[in-house]
Amino acid sequence: MGVLGEMVAAFWTYPFLRHALLAGLIAGFVAPLIGAFVVVRRLSIIADALAHVMLAGVALGYLLGATYPALSRFPVVGYGTAVALIAALLIERLRTTYRSYSELAIPIIMSTGIGLSIVLIGLARGINVDLIGLLFGNILSVTAGDVLRIAALALVVVGTVALFYKELLFLSFDEEAARVSGVPHRALNFIFSALIALVISVAMQVVGTLLISALITLPVAAALRLAKSFRVLMLLSIVFAETSVLVGLTASYAFDLATGGSIVLVAAGILLAVLAAERLRLGHRRRAGALRRRPIGVERGSASARPDEAGRSEECGRSAPPSPAPAKRISAQRLR
Amino acid sequence: MGALFEKERVLEAENITFRYEAEPVLNHVSLTLHRGELLGLVGPNGSGKSTLLKIILGLLPLQEGSVRWFGTPIERFRDWGRIGYVSQKAASFNTGFPATVEEVVRMGLTARLGLFRRPGRREAEKVLEALDFVGMADVRHRHIGALSGGQQQRVFIARALVGDPDVLILDEPTVGVDARSEERFYALLEKLHRERDLSIILVSHDLGVVSEKMDTIACLNHELFYHGSAAGFRAEREAIVGRTYGHGMAILSHGHASEALRAGAREEGRA
Repeated sequence: MGVLGEMVAAFWTYPFLRHALLAGLIAGFVAPLIGAFVVVRRLSIIADALAHVMLAGVALGYLLGATYPALSRFPVVGYGTAVALIAALLIERLRTTYRSYSELAIPIIMSTGIGLSIVLIGLARGINVDLIGLLFGNILSVTAGDVLRIAALALVVVGTVALFYKELLFLSFDEEAARVSGVPHRALNFIFSALIALVISVAMQVVGTLLISALITLPVAAALRLAKSFRVLMLLSIVFAETSVLVGLTASYAFDLATGGSIVLVAAGILLAVLAAERLRLGHRRRAGALRRRPIGVERGSASARPDEAGRSEECGRSAPPSPAPAKRISAQRLR
Repeated sequence: MGALFEKERVLEAENITFRYEAEPVLNHVSLTLHRGELLGLVGPNGSGKSTLLKIILGLLPLQEGSVRWFGTPIERFRDWGRIGYVSQKAASFNTGFPATVEEVVRMGLTARLGLFRRPGRREAEKVLEALDFVGMADVRHRHIGALSGGQQQRVFIARALVGDPDVLILDEPTVGVDARSEERFYALLEKLHRERDLSIILVSHDLGVVSEKMDTIACLNHELFYHGSAAGFRAEREAIVGRTYGHGMAILSHGHASEALRAGAREEGRA
């Protein structure tokens, strides 16, 4: 029993721990859910930038709340979400303005957002702003009201993904063909940005603005090595993220560590373990001479995830377009 | 051949002129496609083929001219499920994308289903049927990136076919595919034509094969240099190629557009 028994007892006794656990589990569900789309659309950096910009919105919320007490009834995270949404639109605009330097949009928005946050937080001096909590998360400060708010936002995220799943997947895979099929790409891309902003606001208290993109991308990065289908990718990502939340929270309680950091470190540990297991398996296969040709259709019916990249390229004998296998082999070698 | 042109007009593009910034890409180009017609759109690299496709597919705005699908102006056309499209990107997609063959083909039902409707059992059957048609049903649970280039191409054709389109548009489908797969591809096209009476636009810079396999040919190099029957094209091939590609160009060379020799009059080879 030991730590775990003590942990369960503590959750039973202290409401703040229960709230922390619930908030963590909710964030651990929606972050990788959106993360799966974010990663395959190569938008990981944008999620990070939006999380930083959100800080400016939150600071604005604190400042307005302090100046006009009537406004303090709105949650500061609401301001953060609004500012992140505006930033998402600006990024899209800037990407078309700097067509041949489209990645420039992200540092422009991100540094402006951080600059704005610093100035606003400076102005709010004297107001009780938990800056460290905003940056690194303060899951133990989550109240029952926060849990309800987070749960409501998470429901919106899950519902929207369920509604537009086939359109979002099509847009992520082949935007041009999706547009020809009449998928309303502009509206959906905006909705998608809004979902990222919502997820960030859900995860902000749990891991903090600096670590949100870790919760969005790390579990997906691990799942990407194993999943052959998009559904499996989402499922595995969520399993990895929830494991990170549970183990990270327990570890932070047992060893008195920072919670957000612990959760992210566990997620990074899972990713390392997946990569290491992949390499071991690869080495084992090589030694066993398992790289001989297998006829197509052998894996029929196995929707389960199997990291058999090395076998794949050999069996299909594909000629012109570069297959993903060599790159993967190189990355596996790098781990040696 | 003559009977072909009395059939319903599926696509009418008229007088399309398009420029990127100041640079003219298309100059008064008109194109017609009839039901059951196999049209080969050929021209050198950079001749505006892909731009023309993007305009008729509504991916680029119409600057001048008009496009009608099944008689409806493109501005009001909503029935995109009738058009199956295999983009050039299909040959260069992100092979690391975690999707099975089945998931990729299911995407092709998006237009038919419309918003808010999810694929059910009937859709699963359609997916299997389309995969069966292109001979890829056996690998439906495999990762799309694990297939060979030729197999991937057939999966993308299945994706375009799964919504039962009336028109199939293929942009450079045989690029990056080995000779055997190319043969299979043309056999598949013939089967589609025979069994489903599909109208097909095939974009290619490979004049040789296209002029043998298609009913009609359109030769494009910023403007249209020939639009008519493949037989007519073969009869005057040297002259048309000379005008389109610039004189002195070998027939099958994949050169870039020659700006100097675009003086040739637009040829109407239609019956």
